[in-house]
Amino acid sequence: MRRRSFTGSSIAALAFAAALPALAAPMGTDDARHLLARTGFGPTTAEVREFAMLSRDDAIERLLAGTRTTPVTPAPAWAAETGPLRPTPAATATADDRKAFQQEQARRGLEMRAWWVQEMLATPSPLAERMTLFWHNHFVSSQQKVRVARLMYAQNAALRANALGNFGTLLHVASKDPAMVVYLDSVQNRKGAPNENFAREVMELFTLGQGHYGEQDIKEAARAFTGWSIERETGAFVFRPRLHDAGEKTVLGSTGRFDGDDVLDLLLARPETSEFVVGKLWQEFVSPTPERREVQRIARTFRASGYDLKAALRALLRSPAFWAPEQRGVLVKSPVDVVVGALRQLELSPPDTRAFALVAIGMGQNLFAPPNVRGWPGGESWINSNTLLARKQYLDRIARNDAEAPPATMKTISTADAMSAAPETAMPETPARDAAPAPDATGANAQAARITRGVERGLRSVRFDAAAWLARRDGATRDARLESARKLLLPIPPQLPAAADADAATAVHALLLDPAYQLR
Amino acid sequence: MNAMNRRRFLRSLASLPFAPAVAGASFGLASPVGAAAGVDAASPYRKLLVVVELKGGNDGLNTLVPYTDEAYYALRPKLAIARDAAVQLTDRVGLHPSLAPFLTFWDARELAVLQGVGYPQPNLSHFRSIEIWDTASSSDEYIRDGWLTRTFAKRPVPASFAADGVVVGSNDLGPLAGDGARAIALNNPQQFLQRAALAQPAAAATNPALAHILKVETDIVQARAHLASVQAFRTEFPANGFGNAVKAACQVIANPAGVAAVRLSLGSFDTHVNQAGTHARLLSELAQGLVALRSALVELERWNDMLVVTYSEFGRRPKENQSGGTDHGTAGVHFVLGGRVARGLYGAQPDLGALGGDGNVRYTLDFRDVYATVLDRWWGVDARAALGGRFAPVAFLRA
Repeated sequence: MRRRSFTGSSIAALAFAAALPALAAPMGTDDARHLLARTGFGPTTAEVREFAMLSRDDAIERLLAGTRTTPVTPAPAWAAETGPLRPTPAATATADDRKAFQQEQARRGLEMRAWWVQEMLATPSPLAERMTLFWHNHFVSSQQKVRVARLMYAQNAALRANALGNFGTLLHVASKDPAMVVYLDSVQNRKGAPNENFAREVMELFTLGQGHYGEQDIKEAARAFTGWSIERETGAFVFRPRLHDAGEKTVLGSTGRFDGDDVLDLLLARPETSEFVVGKLWQEFVSPTPERREVQRIARTFRASGYDLKAALRALLRSPAFWAPEQRGVLVKSPVDVVVGALRQLELSPPDTRAFALVAIGMGQNLFAPPNVRGWPGGESWINSNTLLARKQYLDRIARNDAEAPPATMKTISTADAMSAAPETAMPETPARDAAPAPDATGANAQAARITRGVERGLRSVRFDAAAWLARRDGATRDARLESARKLLLPIPPQLPAAADADAATAVHALLLDPAYQLR
Repeated sequence: MNAMNRRRFLRSLASLPFAPAVAGASFGLASPVGAAAGVDAASPYRKLLVVVELKGGNDGLNTLVPYTDEAYYALRPKLAIARDAAVQLTDRVGLHPSLAPFLTFWDARELAVLQGVGYPQPNLSHFRSIEIWDTASSSDEYIRDGWLTRTFAKRPVPASFAADGVVVGSNDLGPLAGDGARAIALNNPQQFLQRAALAQPAAAATNPALAHILKVETDIVQARAHLASVQAFRTEFPANGFGNAVKAACQVIANPAGVAAVRLSLGSFDTHVNQAGTHARLLSELAQGLVALRSALVELERWNDMLVVTYSEFGRRPKENQSGGTDHGTAGVHFVLGGRVARGLYGAQPDLGALGGDGNVRYTLDFRDVYATVLDRWWGVDARAALGGRFAPVAFLRA
């Protein structure tokens, strides 16, 4: 990698700006770090250097222009399967069939989690992954209920394809997504026997937000959504006209023979929807407490654009609040931010990311299995003594890895271990059709021990050389390089005093263990 | 530890007449504070509360079986517990067979069974209903902090305690949520102590997120100073998740520095499909775990200072569904155990012949009456202040 000193790049940036006076001034490293930390996972020194030379507006345009709609990491082999969802129909399956099915889906589930962590590490467009994760936590489905891994994978791909596209399209796609149709019981929603689960959540959690609809709107909308189902032979969405209630419905004051798509369009026509979505984006990118007037202003832009998500994000990232000095470091990192961000910032590339997906579960974030339809509540609730210590344990572990024994591959985690790795990862509104048989008492403890060993081996597979890493930071002197490292790793000054004359490993370790590292 | 906390510490230490030690405890790396502190004899919180959450909505009707009620057998053609299989407590009701170990408590007059526990305008969503239970709110009222957090904010737990509350085996803090209480979440004390050295208290925070993190760090540091001993028990704990949690809870409780409350959880009781096997297993884990808890607390000579209360977001629908399971319901059955419990049935078994329009029972005992009993009669703290209303204590405690 080409190295440039801090002063060198600053001079280069200034010269660049001077040569092109029409361009706005380069924003510099602090702003670049802030923008990248909020829109990606743990900015690297290389990224900060590159963005520091751009103006804020140019940097935002660069981010928005470069968003991917497909992953760069090859999908697991089974993801493209299109056959029956279950090898044996539920009616004729034996207990052994069911167990084999469960174990296979659990194995795929862990593979899929590791795949996503790998994609977050490898992507040239961290913003696309952050938005995919944002939508995963908005249009929630969980493998704990959906069971079939390939449906969860397909949902992830659909969310990524539309993550920065049009919200209206995304709403229609996510609502009819097969995993969603299973997760919110649309398959049970039939003419004459409505199931209100999806109708309620689409209003409360996906579009309007609480208080902008009534119980009668839910009942009527549920009728409109009848007939939505999935084809068990292919796993595809299917509309079954004979199960659809084609009668007249009144939803939010409009009356007609609505079907499901009509109701989604009614929801999109309400201004509350744009404000609800912008409010959530504000909490993801700006601060825990949305400013009402700003949210309304950005929501107007969002509506005027016909729900173009890039227009909303552009307005959000250009808002004064996003750049305000007092808003730096006010967001709590998610477990994924900590796990992926630390690997990126320390420039570590694990050969196998399964252990890192499991580590995030230990911190309270089981990808593909949010705790319920509301998703992870996030913010301060990410942090309690257990999860904070799990974060510190992880950071301590990878920061100290230079003195460890040679890495071993992780072979012991198998079959059903992954799904039950976290005792309280999920509690869907209704349980899986066939919950895996509970392991016997000693089996449960043995399984937990196996997972612990597997994680330990996985963590040992990355080796962090603090001295070499520190030498690659910008700065002419050791103190300057340490200052660059501090500004890279922490959004605000350290909360704990630095030890005098610490060696490189101790100094970097102290930054990672500082409370400020938990913020972005 | 910040200056304020240290002052509170020293003051509370000075007020201690002696520093009790627990026989058989090994103090390991105990700090001077941990070794010297003890349960503040003057505090109401020297009496311990253990709450056990039955996650997912436990089926009350098959937990306490109305084995003489024809309506029960009509509603549950597949799932009903046969009269002969029920562990009969009275001439009307009996326990699920998996709860047979509870007979030990019943015979020792240490078990109260609460029937029809619920609240008006019940919400059938898991997360909203458990939020109502955790925060002791009304159906249409939204409160941020848990009911125990609010209690401890109004009537503080002595600073000499290791923590206000300890949550074992769960990342959600439930009734201990909110920054008004020192709540420690852990899976087992050894792991907690191994990791706790990574936490350090720091100076004042510049924003709310940082303030929260620093508060958690401070709580860890303080708990670590007090939880430095890990007790060995003669009691054998069941080798499953709930058994592990009970063991961890007992190790926490065994420390000389107190905790006011412990929260355990077990689940998932969300038995929409093929309920019978799952329910039998979960109730068996519950019973064996609580028997071990009693045994360990007797070893510590703390059983008489201990109250165990179960809770769950709702009971389940009386009429079984087409999948061999039951759907979300309203009121349910709960247990209170402890050395000072007045044995008996409280509340009324809901009338299965008079179900509401949605097929669910009407509650007969408000869960906040149960909380009020814990606050007023067990701890002797002001229930009205913490619960934000007047609720009627239930007579399940001996004077």
